Amino acid sequence: MPPMPDQAGLYRQMYRIRRFEQTVLDAFPKGVFYGTTHTYIGQEANATGVLAHLGADDIVFSNHRCHGHFIAYGGDLRALFAELMGKATGVCGGLGGSQHLHWRNFYSNGVLGSTAPVAVGSALAEKAKDSQALAVIFLGDGALGEGVVYESLNIAALWGAPVLFVVENNHIAQTTPIELALAGDIPARFAAFGIPCSRLDSSDALEIHAAAEAEFAALRATPGPRALVLDTQRFGPHSKGDDTRDEALMARIRQQRDPLRLLAPRLADTQRETIEAEVEAEVAAAFAQAEADPFPEAAA
Amino acid sequence: MSTVLAALNRGLHAAFEQDQRVYLIGEDLLDPYGGAFKVSQGLSTKYPDRVWTSPVSEAALAGVAAGMALRGLRPVVEIMFGDFSTLIADQLINSIAKFGAMYGGDVAVPLVVRTPMGGRRGYGPTHSQTLEKLYLGVPGLRVLAAHALSDPGELLRRAILEDDGPVFFVENKLLYLRPLAAELQDFEIEQHTPPGAYAATHTLRLKGAPSAALTLTAYGYMAELAREAQLRLAFEHEIFCELVVPGQLAPLLPGGELDGALAASLEKSRRLLAVEEGSYTLGWGAEVLARAAQAFPGGLKAASRLAAPDAPIPASRPLEEAALPGVEHILAAVQKMV
Ligand SMILES: Cc1ncc(C[n+]2csc(CCOP(=O)(O)OP(=O)(O)O)c2C)c(N)n1
Ligand SMILES: [Mg+2]
Repeated sequence: MPPMPDQAGLYRQMYRIRRFEQTVLDAFPKGVFYGTTHTYIGQEANATGVLAHLGADDIVFSNHRCHGHFIAYGGDLRALFAELMGKATGVCGGLGGSQHLHWRNFYSNGVLGSTAPVAVGSALAEKAKDSQALAVIFLGDGALGEGVVYESLNIAALWGAPVLFVVENNHIAQTTPIELALAGDIPARFAAFGIPCSRLDSSDALEIHAAAEAEFAALRATPGPRALVLDTQRFGPHSKGDDTRDEALMARIRQQRDPLRLLAPRLADTQRETIEAEVEAEVAAAFAQAEADPFPEAAA
Repeated sequence: MSTVLAALNRGLHAAFEQDQRVYLIGEDLLDPYGGAFKVSQGLSTKYPDRVWTSPVSEAALAGVAAGMALRGLRPVVEIMFGDFSTLIADQLINSIAKFGAMYGGDVAVPLVVRTPMGGRRGYGPTHSQTLEKLYLGVPGLRVLAAHALSDPGELLRRAILEDDGPVFFVENKLLYLRPLAAELQDFEIEQHTPPGAYAATHTLRLKGAPSAALTLTAYGYMAELAREAQLRLAFEHEIFCELVVPGQLAPLLPGGELDGALAASLEKSRRLLAVEEGSYTLGWGAEVLARAAQAFPGGLKAASRLAAPDAPIPASRPLEEAALPGVEHILAAVQKMV
């Protein structure tokens, strides 16, 4: 039996993502941030449950909706706020912005699907170097419309790339519901290339943690691509104030599929309240620091 | 006598031998075939673990190479025909050339995409193009063009082993069978390496010729045709030209500055003809002329360019010959300018 996951740790990580993203959405209209953003509210259990199993040398590829992945990877909140503000102290010194983060073995890119071959190539490089490191790539349901993803699945399977494809199926791509964008089903796409795929419809961090644990164990035992489809829900707008979905339906979804609400009963009230208070303070301090940070100087 | 093809093949072998991090990925690479134009011959036999023959998936190949480069390897990607470089354009522009800068400067993407370009073989509209102009001016991407004046294999080896950024390496198809650095005895050749580059610009003048009346500039296989024109202009028409052949097409000098070798030649000749095989509008020559105009605010006596028309390249031999600039086109253009 694997040890019980650290429930308080999972809750804390998800709460950090939630409070970070809420702060972003609240502060955006005040002009504090610059550019765009795609928040992870509602999907916190995915990154938190999956990346809990990451080894120190493992590699993560993320997409436009990358804040949650970055925070779960261990990324610094102040540096992320600062990157969204375009500050010199940002993750990439303000050059990348919300969608283009790199820190240690974490990379994100805002061009949908383009990360698939890069993740496969990274995994193949680690295999060639005999490093034992794995790559994990997060893709949305919308990215499954990109042809290069399928070229990458084919190559990953042919060449035995140690990579875990995590599809976060939130049933929507920007404003387009999955019914208008995706024919057939998602696991069959992986099956076509002989890539083992499991699927979980849950927002429960413990369930996702367990499913990912099995995937990582299998991947470390037999290197070669695997896939995990996580059916999930995006609570907020695609970017900012651009949600076209039915408000009553969204209210019901938020009620039923909130990862925080699902995990909260497993913690003692006092423990949960302590975590929440600590995270509130941490996020507020990170935001204040980033706000006070300097902008980079443009080259003359 | 060695050919450009043999030199490129030697360059690849040298890179593989000198650095374990070098990998080759592309289509139909395995011996005895060794790639559609044979540039990769022998590598799969000698380095079976480092030559990965691939499915027909150009976009993914470029992306896979990007991932390999991010993780410390030095991959080379062979794109069978330069026409198919359009399939890797997203990876080139939005990943490969971007990572270095957009991630704040702490990431390197040392990879080389090699590809044959060009026509004059009757392959028709989709297998004959000279498309490198599409990638000139993509920030973060170096574009090199092989030529026969000095060892292109050595240039390729350096691009693979010594360049920590991405390189798009263009090999004109007709160059492959050209003898290397042959019939240069009549020329005095000066080499000048632009700042930040490692591919030299070659300036050719005929030995003992009077001062040049015109500066020709061309790269790749077109430089071979320009050199032939240069000889005929001198011997048949007593028009003396200098020929400036860059090895690096991009990046050009910042701030719109003209390449030093070209500036030095124009200082004397004050006439410029840029010749390229790519299509005319917004071509390489347009940029060269624009920079020359800025560099000589008092104006040049004449400035012009030759390029393929803005039309698909026909398959039929007479039509293709008429479309792509050749020696006769250069002779006619120069005679009009002096
Ligand atoms: C190649 C490409 N096309 C279009 C876009 C614009 N775009 C950004 S996010 C998005 C929808 C993405 O949907 P999905 O992959 O399901 O991820 P989600 O936003 O649901 O997390 C689109 C169309 C893009 N970033 N890249
Ligand atoms: Mg989606």
